[in-house]
Amino acid sequence: MWTDFLLLMKQEMALVVIIFFLLILKLGKDRSNESYLKIVNGLLLLNLIFGFISNRDGVLFNEMFRNNGLMVLEKNILNLGMLIISLQSWSWLKGHKHTPEFYMLLLSTMLGMFFMISGGNLLMFYLGLELSTIPLAAAANFDLTKRRSSEAAMKLIFSSAFASALLLFGISMIYGTTGTLTFSQLPQHITGDPLQLFAFILMLAGFGFKISVVPFHLWTADVYEGAPVAVTSFLSVISKGAVLFVFVSVLYTVFRPIAGVWYLMFFILSLLTIFVGNLFAIRQNNFKRFLAFSSIAQIGFILIGIGGSSPEGMSAVVYFVLIYVFSNLAAFGVVSVVSAATGKESISDYKGFYKTNPVLSWMLTIALFSLAGVPPTAGFFGKYFLLFAGAAKGNYWLISIAALNLVISFYYYLRIVKAIFMASNAEPIEKITIPLFPRLALYACMVGVIVVGFVSWIYEYIHSLSYGLQ
Amino acid sequence: MNLSLLIIVPLLTAVSLLFSKGLKQVRTFSLAGSVVQLALSIFLLTEYWQQRSTVTSPMLFEDSYTWFKPLGINYHVGVDGISIAMILLTAFVVMAGVLISWAQETWSKEFFFLLMLLSVGAYGFFISLDLFTLFFFLEVAVIPKFLLIGIWGSGKKEYSAMKLALMLMGGSALVFVGLAGIYYNTQTFDMLQIAKTSIPLEVQQFFFPFAFVGFGVFTALFPFHTWVPDGHSSAPTAASMFLAGISMKLGGYGCLRVATFLMPDAAHSYSWIIILLATIAIIYGAFATMMQTDLKYINAYSSVSHCGFVLLGIGMLTKTSINGAVLQMVSHGLMTALFFAAIGMIYSRTHTRVVAQLGGLLKVTPFISTVFVIAGLCSLGLPGFSGFVAEMTVFMGSWQNPDGWYRFATILACASIVVTAVYILRATGKTIMGPMSNAYETLTDATWNEKLAAGLLILGIVIIGVAPFLLNQLIAPGTDVIMQQLGKAITLK
Repeated sequence: MWTDFLLLMKQEMALVVIIFFLLILKLGKDRSNESYLKIVNGLLLLNLIFGFISNRDGVLFNEMFRNNGLMVLEKNILNLGMLIISLQSWSWLKGHKHTPEFYMLLLSTMLGMFFMISGGNLLMFYLGLELSTIPLAAAANFDLTKRRSSEAAMKLIFSSAFASALLLFGISMIYGTTGTLTFSQLPQHITGDPLQLFAFILMLAGFGFKISVVPFHLWTADVYEGAPVAVTSFLSVISKGAVLFVFVSVLYTVFRPIAGVWYLMFFILSLLTIFVGNLFAIRQNNFKRFLAFSSIAQIGFILIGIGGSSPEGMSAVVYFVLIYVFSNLAAFGVVSVVSAATGKESISDYKGFYKTNPVLSWMLTIALFSLAGVPPTAGFFGKYFLLFAGAAKGNYWLISIAALNLVISFYYYLRIVKAIFMASNAEPIEKITIPLFPRLALYACMVGVIVVGFVSWIYEYIHSLSYGLQ
Repeated sequence: MNLSLLIIVPLLTAVSLLFSKGLKQVRTFSLAGSVVQLALSIFLLTEYWQQRSTVTSPMLFEDSYTWFKPLGINYHVGVDGISIAMILLTAFVVMAGVLISWAQETWSKEFFFLLMLLSVGAYGFFISLDLFTLFFFLEVAVIPKFLLIGIWGSGKKEYSAMKLALMLMGGSALVFVGLAGIYYNTQTFDMLQIAKTSIPLEVQQFFFPFAFVGFGVFTALFPFHTWVPDGHSSAPTAASMFLAGISMKLGGYGCLRVATFLMPDAAHSYSWIIILLATIAIIYGAFATMMQTDLKYINAYSSVSHCGFVLLGIGMLTKTSINGAVLQMVSHGLMTALFFAAIGMIYSRTHTRVVAQLGGLLKVTPFISTVFVIAGLCSLGLPGFSGFVAEMTVFMGSWQNPDGWYRFATILACASIVVTAVYILRATGKTIMGPMSNAYETLTDATWNEKLAAGLLILGIVIIGVAPFLLNQLIAPGTDVIMQQLGKAITLK
């Protein structure tokens, strides 16, 4: 029992250990932020490696907690993202008053996500979700001197509370109609009666808030813009990734009896999300707001993949999130380096960027190409695999519209590339020397963006763990 | 021969360029890379001649590795005569393009890197037998063009670059839908296997337009040709050459190999639309060229007209006409590349491309003027050059299609040659003859690299023009396979 317990909850345990270790360090003698950051990044690296060693499948606590290969992989992806974000925020955290607290908050969030992913019961899932939301709102407030940052935190906490309430309402109705909360027993009781459909819509809205599906996306841009870059990238990649993982598995297992219903909803929601994300992204000038809207459009593509309801659909989603970690974090990495060095965050500031910072420019360009889905970057494979999964049901009009929307998204990604390479600027961003840690993070992202696409066994491995509607 | 070398060599060249230092190294690396590419493709040609008689399978030098197993995506390459013709064309144009850009000094490393990346896409596209890898390479070839035009271009370059990239990306989005449709109705990406299974007629009729129009955007199918004039005129010389010589051929090859070959029934049922659009493109392109005053615009619009012949040949669906379409692709590729090279040479000396401002260049720059005349005469279809052979074959093949309306279209297309002659002769006459402005008296003639580039392309044009049977024999087995496929479609009905 004890070895089971330790092995199955290994990744959660590791996070708890790190959190408490940081707390003890904080209580001890005063350290400089730099030594602190070195320790934390080292620990996060160890944590990432540790996640790959000796994993096992199984359930604990009467199916409250489950673990299997796919969940381990998902947690590892989140760990990887966390490490990259931590490395990238080096310059920002170096001068911050509350560096240890920042890590404690983010790691608590991660812990919540892990429990959410591994939850085998709607209550456990809800608990994990809450644990992953509240510390995040506090972290969004971490630009302590900026009012916009507190505003972002406020918006995040309100919208999250609202989403949680909807979700909880849905869960309670599910419980009322089925008499159980365990994932493995729920499908037998889901019959598609009106109350259950209503409950499903409430839960869908709750999930939709978290991953900012249109029409539940309104909080996204403001929060992204106001929060510190590190928190924004955490929100856009890790937080969304974790909820997506759970979303797919809940849809494919718990709600498989009403697959016909949610499939139609996804049809509409995905197109709406892509359209709105694309059209708003065109008009943005703040880089973080731009990435917020482009990430909304990306979510639309992911919904198409989920709608495929096949093992290919699920593997495409996980694969896409992995690629998204690299490509979006590379984009955020450049933004955070530039913003830490010069404080500039608007797209027009990037005019003539190539003349002064060729390396950063290429990195940003490659990241944007990957987000746009241009080969030979990994984003190409990720995006088209999602579309292939969506087309499996014969919905050719859906993917035709989606494919044409890809062209709209090319426009706004290329707009930035145009600014970087072609536009001239009287006051370009001056030459930036990138500190070691952010540079490592950016290199890691670049390797990921190039390699993950070509190396097909990564996809094959994900596919071997995935399942469709059973 | 291992076909993957055709991808690896330009890729290695591109990577080595990233690590090169100084203009000299950049030039050496890219020239060496392009020479190796040319040598490889000629070697491929000789190997192909030797093996063609003994091997019966439609594709030679096949190679297949599993790539994404759960999705059935393989890295599957192989060539027939048509692809070899295209590969040779690519190698010629790449080398000429590198030589022409010898004087490129601003950001030269990036410039040649992007040229090489573009050629990776082109070679990969021509050797792919797997639809997914084919699509992959098609898109690889798009983005370098955006950067090449946007960064090193002239005029309203940013607008043109964006327009070109978006239209081509739109085209490839349509292609993607077509490919997805084929994939889900045959459960494979392998072109040879798809050719063996018969896709239901309704499915073909739904997806053929996506695939054909998608590739058609690349090859200036009317009314999706609008990127051509802007893109060509803003691009730097080498990029124009690549665009016209290689990139537009990706589209023609795709129309033939993917749309027509894999969905022959739909090709029969839609051929009248293709011919209608192609005829409009030919005539409209020719008349639009008459109105142009800028040399690059003249060549760009005449490209629309000439690529119309490619589509006309494909749409007529007879053996001779498809042969002619392939011939026209090769011929037009070499000829336009030469034309753009000549325009580039003139522009780099006189700093204008407006016909009215030029004149009398023959006196000061005899070599460049001769090149210009040769390109022009080839374009208007003078016997002895490749243009005549190609266009003649297209017309003969088109006439073989007995339908009355099709013959009407053929006559109209033939008539466009007169218009071509008018604009070509007018432009050539005004540019190289007549009174010369005093400012041009000090102009220098072509340098060694320009001479070599032009010589290379002229060599290709003359070989095809004098001995067309060589190329004909090369591509004939390939067209036979396509004709069998089309014949199967007729007998099924």
